[in-house]
Amino acid sequence: MDELIYMDHHATTPVHPEVFEAMKPCLMENFGNPASTTHMVGKLAYEATENAREMVARLINAQPEEIVFTSGATESDNMAVKGAGEALQKSGNHIITCRVEHKAILEACKFMEKKGFNVTYLPVDKYAMVDPADVEKVITDKTILVTIMMANSEVGTIEPIKEIAGVAHNKGVLMHTDAAQAAGKIKVDVHDLGVDLLSLSGHKMYGPKGVGAMYVKKKTKLTPLFHGGGHEKKRRSGTLNVPGIVGLGEACAVAIRDMSQDSERVRKLRDKLYEGITSRIERVYLNGHPEKRLPNNLNLTFEFVEGEGLILSLKGVAVSSGSACTSDSLESSYVLRAMGIPDWLAHCSIRFGLGKSNTEEQIDYVIGLLVKNVARLRAMSPLS
Amino acid sequence: MATQDYSEKVIDHYENPRNVGEIEDPDGIGTVGNPSCGDVMKLTIKVKDDVIEDAKFKTFGCGAAIATSSMVTELIKGKHIKEALLISNKTVVEALDGLPKIKLHCSVLAEDALKAAIGDYQKKAKKQK
Repeated sequence: MDELIYMDHHATTPVHPEVFEAMKPCLMENFGNPASTTHMVGKLAYEATENAREMVARLINAQPEEIVFTSGATESDNMAVKGAGEALQKSGNHIITCRVEHKAILEACKFMEKKGFNVTYLPVDKYAMVDPADVEKVITDKTILVTIMMANSEVGTIEPIKEIAGVAHNKGVLMHTDAAQAAGKIKVDVHDLGVDLLSLSGHKMYGPKGVGAMYVKKKTKLTPLFHGGGHEKKRRSGTLNVPGIVGLGEACAVAIRDMSQDSERVRKLRDKLYEGITSRIERVYLNGHPEKRLPNNLNLTFEFVEGEGLILSLKGVAVSSGSACTSDSLESSYVLRAMGIPDWLAHCSIRFGLGKSNTEEQIDYVIGLLVKNVARLRAMSPLS
Repeated sequence: MATQDYSEKVIDHYENPRNVGEIEDPDGIGTVGNPSCGDVMKLTIKVKDDVIEDAKFKTFGCGAAIATSSMVTELIKGKHIKEALLISNKTVVEALDGLPKIKLHCSVLAEDALKAAIGDYQKKAKKQK
């Protein structure tokens, strides 16, 4: 196959054609500043961003006034951790999170530790799942925030957010979830989940990069990260990224319309890939929860075969690995290690992140490549 | 790392590795690395009158580890062990037309395996005397 087979949709996604079309006029004709509405150009920009706000709100069953536009999930996550910490420091100094969170949460929490906060990094089980009972065990009168991701970016495990939010709210504690990987792929309903804060990102759901949103439940106290002109109801100052926001809104509109059928199609492709691989290659292990997982995620360990070495053989296929040799840090995936997977097997893992562009033919082709190259590399491995 | 980050020679040695396998009844064995660090290399050599007649390798590791393993077997075949001991990871990297910076450490594996295999041969040779 000459075409690129893109199977790294957890890292990022291409912009959907409808999103691109919606964004285009916002760069030149509709260039206005939504905060400058004394004239038509500004009013049009205002209408465009408010329409996008409506779409984002609709995707997660929130009210438009509860949506704050940000530069992406990293900013939203920082806003949750630092903003809640700052706003609530008089009530307590304890934050609960878990070991498999995105770095945006983990590093923001580390920063708060330097500021004098105590952070509990909960362990996870072998599926990367957090036990709500563990949250209950460590929650104290000093706890001000519980932040647990909705779905894991590496292994796709969907966390029991509703139950965890229940535990947090019983103690009157704020609940945040990072839904960057979940939004647009599975149902995300802030009321059903019972969360107070939720992060999402444009480029993980066929929207543009550099834009995201934060759901902030009405009356939630949060200190802003950015001070300035008081945009976004003083929650996030800075002239709105109109093209990005319009793109995010359109991506949400597309997701509202297409998500259920898209996710079903992708789930079938993912299952076909999994069955194709495991029926033809021995000693392959699934990482993450077998059922409670994102429909597009497949994370596998190919015993005796180093991940980077295997990726190199999958010519024209874009996937990622938990191997140290694909990272600059030279460490294997912290997520896989937190799940109790030994280092050497973590090095042998490959993450397939399927998406809209993938086809049955591509799945067959990738299975064929894997069968051939896993055998070749195993024959070369001193471990097998 | 993606294919385009590697030289053509690295890709060639990764795709068509030379001297894969294990020599039966070898004169020297060098097993180095650690699976938990993501790479292990086993080098076996056949030596006659201090000249390396044959060398074979088995490697668990990334593309760079496999390519440097393959290259080192090519470089040492037919060489006197004194000459072979002069081969460093730098020699191997140069013979492969370079490696990406963050991959340079992978080439140490080949040098270590070579030294371990020759060391093993010398130890065995001493015992026989």
